[in-house]
Amino acid sequence: MKIKQVSIFLENKPGHLNHACEVVADAGINLITLSLSDTEQFGILRIIVKEWEEAERILLAAGFVVKVTDVIAAEVEDKPGGLQKILSVIENSEINIEYMYAFTVKRNNKAVMMLRFDDADQALQVLEAGGINIIGVDELFAE
Amino acid sequence: MNSLWNDREGEFNPVSASDYLPVKKLRELQLQRLKAVIKWAYARVELFRKRCDERNLIPESVQSLADLSKFPFTVKTDLRDTYPFGLFASEMTDIVRLHASSGTTGKPIVVAYTNEDIKVWATVMARTFACAGVHKGDVIQNAYGYGLFTGGLGAHYGAEELGATVIPISGGNTERQIMLMHDFKSNAICSTPSYFLHIIEQAPKLGIDIRDLPIRVGFFGAEPWTDEMGKYVEKMAGIKAIDIYGLSEIIGPGVASMCLEQEGLHIFEDHFYPEIIDPDTGEVLEDGQEGELVLTTLSKRAMPMIRYRTRDITSIITEKCACGRTIRRMQRIGRRSDDMFIIRGVNVFPSQIEAGLLTVEETVPHYQIILTREGGLDQITVEVELTPEAFTDKVSDLERLHKKVATAIENIINIRVTVHLVEPNTIARSQGKAKRLIDRRQEK
Repeated sequence: MKIKQVSIFLENKPGHLNHACEVVADAGINLITLSLSDTEQFGILRIIVKEWEEAERILLAAGFVVKVTDVIAAEVEDKPGGLQKILSVIENSEINIEYMYAFTVKRNNKAVMMLRFDDADQALQVLEAGGINIIGVDELFAE
Repeated sequence: MNSLWNDREGEFNPVSASDYLPVKKLRELQLQRLKAVIKWAYARVELFRKRCDERNLIPESVQSLADLSKFPFTVKTDLRDTYPFGLFASEMTDIVRLHASSGTTGKPIVVAYTNEDIKVWATVMARTFACAGVHKGDVIQNAYGYGLFTGGLGAHYGAEELGATVIPISGGNTERQIMLMHDFKSNAICSTPSYFLHIIEQAPKLGIDIRDLPIRVGFFGAEPWTDEMGKYVEKMAGIKAIDIYGLSEIIGPGVASMCLEQEGLHIFEDHFYPEIIDPDTGEVLEDGQEGELVLTTLSKRAMPMIRYRTRDITSIITEKCACGRTIRRMQRIGRRSDDMFIIRGVNVFPSQIEAGLLTVEETVPHYQIILTREGGLDQITVEVELTPEAFTDKVSDLERLHKKVATAIENIINIRVTVHLVEPNTIARSQGKAKRLIDRRQEK
């Protein structure tokens, strides 16, 4: 199952990250996780929220450049080589990772790797076929 | 001969003879030359002849200097529209030099010189040096760029005509500039004011205080500078800051220059006839009134310019200069009647930046140009608003776009720019025209 991720373009200037987070927080939207990529010139804030449509709407209304993309949440087994297993599956296929970031699901303390591919559907098939446990919306956003 | 020997009364420098012509003689000479240049241009430049014919003007329509005002203006786009050689009045076999500067659409403006033109240019530049008390025996460090830009070779030939010793160092390599200024005992430097500021700032790092060196005059041109900046440079370097004025379309540097009185710039009007016009109506204004400077080349052969609109705003000073020169002075150029700006000696129009941006599909031309001065060097930053369509959430895509925008602009203006992608609607929009240009170069 694919997860919706909301990406926000940020100028690399003081206060811009804070402002984006504020807009989301003011709407009562809880961030499951976030990741920030930045260069000297600009940054991209990526957030995972349950109410992604609402988040997109309010961020657009606040004047941000926003893009919703599909990402895949893969469980990382809690033992040595856990991450290696995911990467091997990907490496042995034709697909490329655009970027990834890790976080922990609160409820059951599972380590999760968020993966962004150009073709999420194809990547999903590859990962499932490789025996990787894919975390779905219900588990990710479970209270 | 003392080190500040100049061409004041009683200490006459033959180089400057034409600066002191009796006014009546000067006007006679100008009229004689004006008649000749109009005749020359009418016979040999199609665009000019066509415009004269439309107005029923013939060369004989010039019977006084005031008659010049009947003739049509020449504007920068005329040079672009006739690119590259359309305004040349001499045969290519008689043209010995071409120079070029940036134009409004990426195509350069081309200018040409015959041997006689080069000679005239050398004499007006020699007069520029003499005007500030620089003479044979002095060492002139020429830090203007040599090449298509008229600054380098213009100053070079003038310095040689004067009989001074030239160091043709060209621009850049600041450490070497400072070393040679010290070792070769330069008495004068030609550079952009921003570059000289950079030299001043770098000198202490080499253990050199410019105030201790023999250098006494700086010839600063190719970009505007304020009186405040001039005073700062004079204090920090122990020199006289001399403003020189020129433009490639007319000849290059050597159109007008400050004398040691530093009150406005003497126009070498025996070669370049000045008029001040109302930029909106084109009406000629009287001396003393502020307007746009229009210049007519009185002696140029390869590319005569009749009533060229410089876009520079100034006024003719009516008082006689204390230095005794009879050629008229104009006020220092403070602003222009269009939105052109000059950065590192290169003319840039905001429309050029816009043209560059328009070649990149993913951006809309919501942009702002910010000029700053860092370490004495002028910097240009272009802020461009990102469009939602161009945003893919991948850093690599944004970096590619960023590079594409910078390259598109640099390809047109030939100057390195810093590009900032910014969030939409962050660039202030005023009613009507957006403020495209923010010049912070004079802020301290």
